[in-house]
Amino acid sequence: MYVSRPARYALAAFTALVLLVLYFPILYIARLSINTARSYAWPPRGFSLEWWRAAYHASGPRDALFRSIETALLASAIALILGTLASFALTRHRFFGRNAVSFVAVLPIALPGIVTGIALNSGYHRAGINLSLFTLVVAHATFCIVIVYNNVAARLRRLSPSLEEASADLGADLFQTFGYITFPLMRSALLAGALLAFALSFDEIVVTTFTAGAGFETLPLWIFNNMFRPNNLPLVNVVATVVVVLSIVPVYLAQRLSDGAVGVSGR
Amino acid sequence: MATTTIDPMNNRGGLRRRISRVLYQRPRLRLALLLGGPLTWLLVAYVGSLVALLVTSLYHFQSDPTGLVQRLVTTPSTTNYQRVIDTQVYRTVAFRTIGAALAVTVIDLLIALPVAFYMAKIARPWVRRALVVAVTMPLWAGYLVKGYAWRAMLDPAGGVLHEVFGRSPGFGLSGTIVTLAYLWLPYMVIPVYSGLERLPNSLLEASTDLGAKAGRTFVKVVLPQIRPSIVAGSIFTFALTLGDFYMAQIVGGTTQFLGNIVYREFSANLPFAAAYATVPVVIMIVYLAAARSSGALEEL
Repeated sequence: MYVSRPARYALAAFTALVLLVLYFPILYIARLSINTARSYAWPPRGFSLEWWRAAYHASGPRDALFRSIETALLASAIALILGTLASFALTRHRFFGRNAVSFVAVLPIALPGIVTGIALNSGYHRAGINLSLFTLVVAHATFCIVIVYNNVAARLRRLSPSLEEASADLGADLFQTFGYITFPLMRSALLAGALLAFALSFDEIVVTTFTAGAGFETLPLWIFNNMFRPNNLPLVNVVATVVVVLSIVPVYLAQRLSDGAVGVSGR
Repeated sequence: MATTTIDPMNNRGGLRRRISRVLYQRPRLRLALLLGGPLTWLLVAYVGSLVALLVTSLYHFQSDPTGLVQRLVTTPSTTNYQRVIDTQVYRTVAFRTIGAALAVTVIDLLIALPVAFYMAKIARPWVRRALVVAVTMPLWAGYLVKGYAWRAMLDPAGGVLHEVFGRSPGFGLSGTIVTLAYLWLPYMVIPVYSGLERLPNSLLEASTDLGAKAGRTFVKVVLPQIRPSIVAGSIFTFALTLGDFYMAQIVGGTTQFLGNIVYREFSANLPFAAAYATVPVVIMIVYLAAARSSGALEEL
């Protein structure tokens, strides 16, 4: 189909505009974090690291940061193990109910977060478990499993089975084949899956709302609880910037590791 | 099985070797060991909770004769579902949410089509790769941060939109729709882009050779071919809007979505919240079933 030169330029300009709109809000908040004024009003005024200093010394954001990192590390570790096991089971075996299993794995991110959230909350309640770090980690790990699974399964499908067969033919047992052949070939996919799981957990708020114990504020919860208090807006800007950096860096690394497999379905 | 006879090392029979041999000979056992952990986790932690929630939705609260004490009746009944259907406000909120989900989907589609077309058919290969990353990255840049950013931008008092363009949708339904359309845009761009990328250029050239202008080619050739990709993208934009309740709180003013009612009722009347929360789930099941027939699910 012939697209005229003006039409090409128009499409390029539109794409550039959309990218600008995609990035503007994020960059605007980062800019506000070094604002001298307290409000988020346009235009930003002056430059100052005052709010970064204040945020560094404030206990609320720091506690929330550590809680978020703690939760995300634990949840992605669990998801890494369970997701990897599941991806081996589902890519290497054909069995009755295989589709049902992959359906159940996708369910936690396919259903609205609020459904997952209140389901887990009332599940804990029925089981007599009080909300705590434990319940939050279990919840996050549950929806992170599918992220790891997607990444690792994609890699396993690409791995030629002949490599493992050759290893077996040369006398390696299953564990040696895994350690010398399979694991090195899937290492970057494992890391990518774990990084994405970390980022997803770090950013999550809906399920968190229903599964974190009272007073257990993760970073997104801290932002939500403070964004309606005008006095705290400067700190919110700083914390928001930190959240963006801490979620985008792992995803960027994952992107580099997984040869561009970080798509929409990764999320 | 060749290994057991040919390889002399196997005769040494260390414990690891023996375990390995047992596992090698029993694929079912291997499968059970692999699948046991993840499946138990998902069933116990998640499916169990979902079933419990569904059961809870069949309970209801009943006032005792004095009207002061609410008693939980655990005999299954459809009382809550009846209330969802019979009460005006719950119907209104449900339709408002569905309408917002449709609006978000249409806005995202209208923006995604030209962008994805530029990426797939016009941009040079390196630009294309960079654009895919550039469009995907904001998805991960903090859901709540982006909501907060739009709160700052939409604010009629001093927000960017008002100061620079002189007008802002402000906090309300349209502000929420704009924010949600912003949030979910990449979910639409990427599938549409993959669909366009797979579309052979020869098809487009054939259409041109047969005399069709660009617009006609787009409507008659491109759109029908990428329909499954569009449906795939719309599943994300539609479902994510349907379940969202934070954005209505942040930029919606007094606007309420399904999720806001569920959230409010959650602490006051869990059985009713559970029943109302099945509304988006049922809508999505219907939507997915319809999407399945168009082959869109393979696109996800």
